[in-house]
Amino acid sequence: MDLTWSASEESFRAECRSWLEEHVPRPGLPSGDTSEGFALHLEWERLLHRDRWAVVSWPEAYGGRGASLWEWLIFEEEYYRVGAPQRVTQNGIFLLAPTIFEFGTPAQQDHYLTRMSSAEDLWCQGWSEPNAGSDLAGITSRAARDDAAGGWRLTGQKTWTTRGAFCTHLFGLFRTDPDAERHRGLTYFLVPLDAEGVTVRGFGRLDGDEGFAEVFLDDVFVPDGDTDPAGGGTLGAVDQGWGVAMATTTSERGLTLRSPGRFRATAGRLVDLAREVDASGCLSELVADRVADAWIDAEAYALFTLGDVTDIVEGRSPGARSSYNKIFWSELDVRLHEVALELLGADAELDGPWMKGYEFALSGPIYAGTNEIQRNIVAERVLGLPRK
Amino acid sequence: MRFAPTEDQVDFRDAVRALLADTCPPEAVRAAWGGRVGEETGGGGGDGRVRAAWSALAEMGVLGVLVPESAGGLGLDDEDMVPLLVECGRAALPDPVTATAYVAAATLRDVGGEVADGWLPRLAAGEVAVAAGPLGDAPLAGALTADAFLVGDDAVLRWIPAGDVELEPLESVDGSRGLARLRGAATAGTALVEGPAAATVSAAAADRAALGAAAELVGLSERMLAMTVAYASERRQFGVPIGSFQAVKHQLADASLAVAFAAPLVLRAANSLAHGDPDAGLHVSMAKAKASSAARTAADASLQCHGAIGYTVEYDLHLFMKRAWALSAQAGGPDQHRARVRAALGLR
Repeated sequence: MDLTWSASEESFRAECRSWLEEHVPRPGLPSGDTSEGFALHLEWERLLHRDRWAVVSWPEAYGGRGASLWEWLIFEEEYYRVGAPQRVTQNGIFLLAPTIFEFGTPAQQDHYLTRMSSAEDLWCQGWSEPNAGSDLAGITSRAARDDAAGGWRLTGQKTWTTRGAFCTHLFGLFRTDPDAERHRGLTYFLVPLDAEGVTVRGFGRLDGDEGFAEVFLDDVFVPDGDTDPAGGGTLGAVDQGWGVAMATTTSERGLTLRSPGRFRATAGRLVDLAREVDASGCLSELVADRVADAWIDAEAYALFTLGDVTDIVEGRSPGARSSYNKIFWSELDVRLHEVALELLGADAELDGPWMKGYEFALSGPIYAGTNEIQRNIVAERVLGLPRK
Repeated sequence: MRFAPTEDQVDFRDAVRALLADTCPPEAVRAAWGGRVGEETGGGGGDGRVRAAWSALAEMGVLGVLVPESAGGLGLDDEDMVPLLVECGRAALPDPVTATAYVAAATLRDVGGEVADGWLPRLAAGEVAVAAGPLGDAPLAGALTADAFLVGDDAVLRWIPAGDVELEPLESVDGSRGLARLRGAATAGTALVEGPAAATVSAAAADRAALGAAAELVGLSERMLAMTVAYASERRQFGVPIGSFQAVKHQLADASLAVAFAAPLVLRAANSLAHGDPDAGLHVSMAKAKASSAARTAADASLQCHGAIGYTVEYDLHLFMKRAWALSAQAGGPDQHRARVRAALGLR
């Protein structure tokens, strides 16, 4: 074991820290889930991109720095430590991009990746449908072949689409083989939201902001995109979309979306709050214990992640174990906020940052495969309990 | 940065796991029980020792991992030792490996002197067993067969050869503990360290006792879960294996989650102790608090998912469960260790 950072990693950290401290907006930005807030977040995203901090682990050709996974962790730690804004581009960068890197044609990679890191194209995900949430394989939105026009015609409805009302593109699964069932006969599509036949209706999430959208597709034409990916197209092989999509859900559940930096930063703020309450003589031992416990859990998550990164760097895939991460960080995030609200006493109900954060945290155990689904995965694929 | 055991450490751990699977199967643990598990279950009459396992461990070098090479040991550190204690937990080995080969070996190595010179080679060779703990009233595991006692507080750390102190035997819920209280320890044996330095050395010994218990708890938890997964996959009710029920799956997933996130805390604390990190004590407390809670969760889930068979002494689960109960509370329970974390965070 070696729990020290190298000199070059330390200097990378120093560079992150000094840039972030100089550029992070003060006071923080309003929620990115309103149109005004989203616009301000876009300015921030473009600033990150200008100085090559938007996608540090990507190749330089697409706006990154070719940073190692360790450096990415360091960046994330510094990013949240300084209280920088939530990334409104994260669904594209963390969910779609790994799939494009793995399955995209060279033309798709060249077209999409830079436009994504520069926040010119803003991606939302089109997985869930009104009748297909946890049971994702039950999706019914379909894509019919239009050979004459050289493409596909998409029809159906996607929902719970995060920031759909503010995005420019959607990625998601559509049924291309109407006779196939469940996981078969699905294809991964990239769809510009300004295409004819697309209607997007934003609606309020739990916190009241317009962070969700329904996306209606009515005979939307998407060209094959082999020669010019600008109009959208398929990603990966036709009818093989489930396997292609699983590559991104693994990213989402696992390491890539949820670095420990965020939770350690929240735990640090929780401890600060507890100290304030303690100074006024109002901290009960019971709540102090819960603070300590949540803080330990944030540290445990950070260490667990170091183990994951070690495995990945050395060529051992965490595989189904990534379901552990998702359950743990999402429930930890809720707990951190619950304890903070308890510390706030009667002020808890004020619509302040802890309540906002609490509302946000509550989505974690639900999205990206509910934690009930994740527990099934742990039980069946990690522990080896029988499916039936 | 690299957060994983080395290849050598993995190989050593695997070898110890295999060795203990051979020499310390549940029947051996059962036979080490002192009274209550009675003859009818093939147990009882033991003294809390599985000597076949102990001598095999000595032969493999496990008991001398921390003992300097000059004294016949391997001269390795906490990071090498702690994964092996996880394996002792997995086997529910009742013998005092933590007290002897971890707490006592590291303490004698660090304080040096005549006692160390005399005892360390015998420790490494497996000739002697040590019981260790705070100086005071706390029950000491392995006391009934110990050749020496290592007990300390802020003012003094004492080394007491067996026979120089009176024992008050105690019955533990885990009949293999060989538990006793010492009488008159405050004036018995030799003072290894006295004065202000004693606090530091005693604290280091207490930290290693706590981390050793935490490591054993991780192993015990993983074993209980493995037993329960195996049982729930076989046992059929309503025409299907009970492990296919979501209520069973989710309990076991939760327990396995608790253990999975306690284990890295244990590894990190070992790294901190090995390198003299000033936060090592905090890291130990984080590990022990979480390993104790995780073991409770794993024991509860295992018992519940086994149903009535788990609630018997004929079945092996209780051997592991009772050890987990004992170790959760030993060397500081979760509450005590959380209190240390609270203090480190500057909270009341």
